Amino acid sequence: MPETRELTICEAIREALAEELNRDPAVFLMGEDIGRAGGVFKVTEGLQDEFGKDRVMDTPISEAGIAGLGVGAAMTGMRPVVEIMFSDLLTLAMDQVVNQAAKMHYMTGGQARVPLVIRTTLGAGRGAAAQHSQSLQAWMAHVPGLKVVLPSTPYDAKGLLKSAIRDDNPVIFFEDKMSYGVKAPVPGSEYTIPLGVADVKRAGDAVTLVATSSMVQVALGAADILAEEGISAEVVDPRTLKPLDKDTILESVKKTERAVVIDEGYLSYGVTAEIAAIIADEAFDYLDAPVKRIGGIDVPIPMATALELATIPSEEQVVETVKGLFRRRY
Amino acid sequence: MTLDKELLREMYYRMRRIRRFEETAEELYKRGTVVGLLHLYIGEEAVATGACLALNDDDYITSTHRGHGHLIAKGGDAKRLLAELCGRATGYCQGKGGSMHAADLSLGVLGANGVVGGGFGIATGAALSAKKRNSGQVAVCFFGDGAANQGIFMEVMNMAALWKLPVIYVCENNHFGEYTRFDEATVTSQPIGARAAAFGLPTAQVDGNDVVAVYEAAKEAVDRARTGEGPGFIEARTYRLRGHHMGDVGFSHRYRTQEELDAHWQEEPAGRFRTWLLENKILSEPEIEEIEARVEAEMQEAIDFVNRSPVPDLSELTEHIYA
Repeated sequence: MPETRELTICEAIREALAEELNRDPAVFLMGEDIGRAGGVFKVTEGLQDEFGKDRVMDTPISEAGIAGLGVGAAMTGMRPVVEIMFSDLLTLAMDQVVNQAAKMHYMTGGQARVPLVIRTTLGAGRGAAAQHSQSLQAWMAHVPGLKVVLPSTPYDAKGLLKSAIRDDNPVIFFEDKMSYGVKAPVPGSEYTIPLGVADVKRAGDAVTLVATSSMVQVALGAADILAEEGISAEVVDPRTLKPLDKDTILESVKKTERAVVIDEGYLSYGVTAEIAAIIADEAFDYLDAPVKRIGGIDVPIPMATALELATIPSEEQVVETVKGLFRRRY
Repeated sequence: MTLDKELLREMYYRMRRIRRFEETAEELYKRGTVVGLLHLYIGEEAVATGACLALNDDDYITSTHRGHGHLIAKGGDAKRLLAELCGRATGYCQGKGGSMHAADLSLGVLGANGVVGGGFGIATGAALSAKKRNSGQVAVCFFGDGAANQGIFMEVMNMAALWKLPVIYVCENNHFGEYTRFDEATVTSQPIGARAAAFGLPTAQVDGNDVVAVYEAAKEAVDRARTGEGPGFIEARTYRLRGHHMGDVGFSHRYRTQEELDAHWQEEPAGRFRTWLLENKILSEPEIEEIEARVEAEMQEAIDFVNRSPVPDLSELTEHIYA
C-alpha cells in the first residue's frame, strides 16, 4: 500500500483530478489557462501533458460559456470539472449556475442530471483588490440544487473533490487561494470523504469555533492562544455548506455551550448568519452566551495591504470575541 | 432536392399537430386548466418541424420559452406535454416545470428554457459531449431574434467554431422580442447570420414559413456537423401570430397593426403547406383529412388524459432537488 506523504492543498487537488481522470473517461477538465499554463495557481500543472488536450482543455475567457458548456456536457453523459479562476467571476456565469445547473434536475421532474463540478477560489490577502478577492460561497449556498464544498486541509481537499466529481449534482468547490501551500499528510491509498460530514479539527469543551475554509487555520491559531489562557476551544469545520452537517455543529455547541462562527465571506446575510441562526434555533436551551459571528467586513475589498488585512477575520479578533463571551455574565 | 412523399406527409402531420396542440393549450388556458405562463408557437411551426425532421432520434435539441413546437416536432408526446402545462403529476416533468421547462431527455430534448438564450450553453455543451464521446450525435439550438442579443451567443459560437463542435444554431426570427419589434432592438443593416459568419460558421437565411426550405437548410448543416465539419447557423424568418404570451392580450396593438397581422396570416406555414401539397398533387384531399382527423383524435386523447390526471402530491415538493 502506498505510504502517507506530506502534500500541499494544491498537490492534493491535482492528485484528486489526476486519479479521477484516470478512473473515469467521462471526466474532463475545462477552464482558462488550466492546460498549457497549468493554471494560475499551478493546480493543474502537468495534467495536460499527462492526459492530453481533449481532457484538459484551455478555454477562451468566457465564464458564462464555460459554465454553460459544462451544464450541457454534464446533461449528456460527461462529468466536466470546470474552473472559474476567482469566485468573483462566478458572477459572469450566474445564469448557468443558478438558473440552469442548479434547477435542471428538479425542473425536468428528475429526468436530467448535471454531474458538474465548478472549481473556484475564495479569499483575500493577495492585494488583488475588490474583483479578485471575494469569498462568495454564501451566494452559492443560497440556491437549492447546488452543493457547496470548502476544504481546509490537503486531506479534505482530495477526498472531498473526488466525491464531488462522482456526485450526480452540480457542486461548487471553493479553494482558498492563500491556503494552496498548506502542507499536511495525505494517504497514498484511495479514499473519499462524503459530502455533508463535518470534521472536528480540534477538540475542546469551553467554546465551539465553527470555521470554514481559510478560517479554519485562523480558528486553530486562536484556539492555541486561548488554550494558553485556559480556555479550551473546539474547532468544527463543516467542510460542506450544502449539505450542512448540523448534527456535528449542534452536538459540539451543546457540549461547550458557547459558539463563535467564522467565515471569510461578507458578514451580512452570510454563511455565519445561517449557521448562527441554526445554533440559536436548535441549541438555545444549551447556550450560556449569545452566538457570535465573525466575517469579512462589508466593504469592497481594498488593495492596500494595511486596509485589506483589516477586512479578513484574524486570530486576535477570534480570541477577543471568545474572551468577551466569558467576561460578561449573560 | 426531391423529397419523399412520406417525409412530406410527416411534415404536414407534425405541423398540424403543433398548431392544434397550441390551439388546444390556448383553449385550456382560457378555461383555467393550463396554468402559468403560456407562449404560443402559432405561425412558427415550419421551423421546428423542418429542423427536427433533419435530425436522428438520438440527436439533441435545446428549446426556448416558446418551446412546445420543438418538443412535438422531435416526436414528443402531446398527452404528457399538455399534462405538464396543466401542472399534472403525469406531465413530462411531473408538473414541476410547466410550459417553460418541458423536456424529454429520452428524445434528446434537453428542455425548454425560461431564460432567453438559456439554451446556448446547454446545446453547445451537448455538442462538446457528443464530440468527446465520438457518438455521431449533433445538437440543434433553437433561439429567437431576441436571444441573438444575449452575450453568451458570441461566447458559444466562438467555442463551437474553435473546437469544430457539431451544433447548429437555428434562429427563429419571429419579428418580436417579447413586446418589442425586431428592428427596434436589433441592428438590421446586417443579418443576424453575419454574427455567425464572423466566427466562420456557414450561414443560411431561409423563409421560415416554408417547411421544405427549413428542412433542406437544416439537412445540409446537420450533415456537415455530423461529418466533423463543425457548427452551422440558420436564420429562419417567420412571424409570431400570437402575443408574446397569453397574458398580453391588450398589448398587441402597441407593437403591430391589425393589417400587419392579417397580412402575415396569409403566409402562415401550415395552411400554406397544405395548399402546396394539394396543388402539386402530393397528397389528396382525403389523405390530408386523414392526417387532420388523426391529429384531432390525439388532441382529444390529450385532453381526456389531462382530465383523468391527478395534480402532484405534496410529497413531491421536495423530491428531485438533488439527484
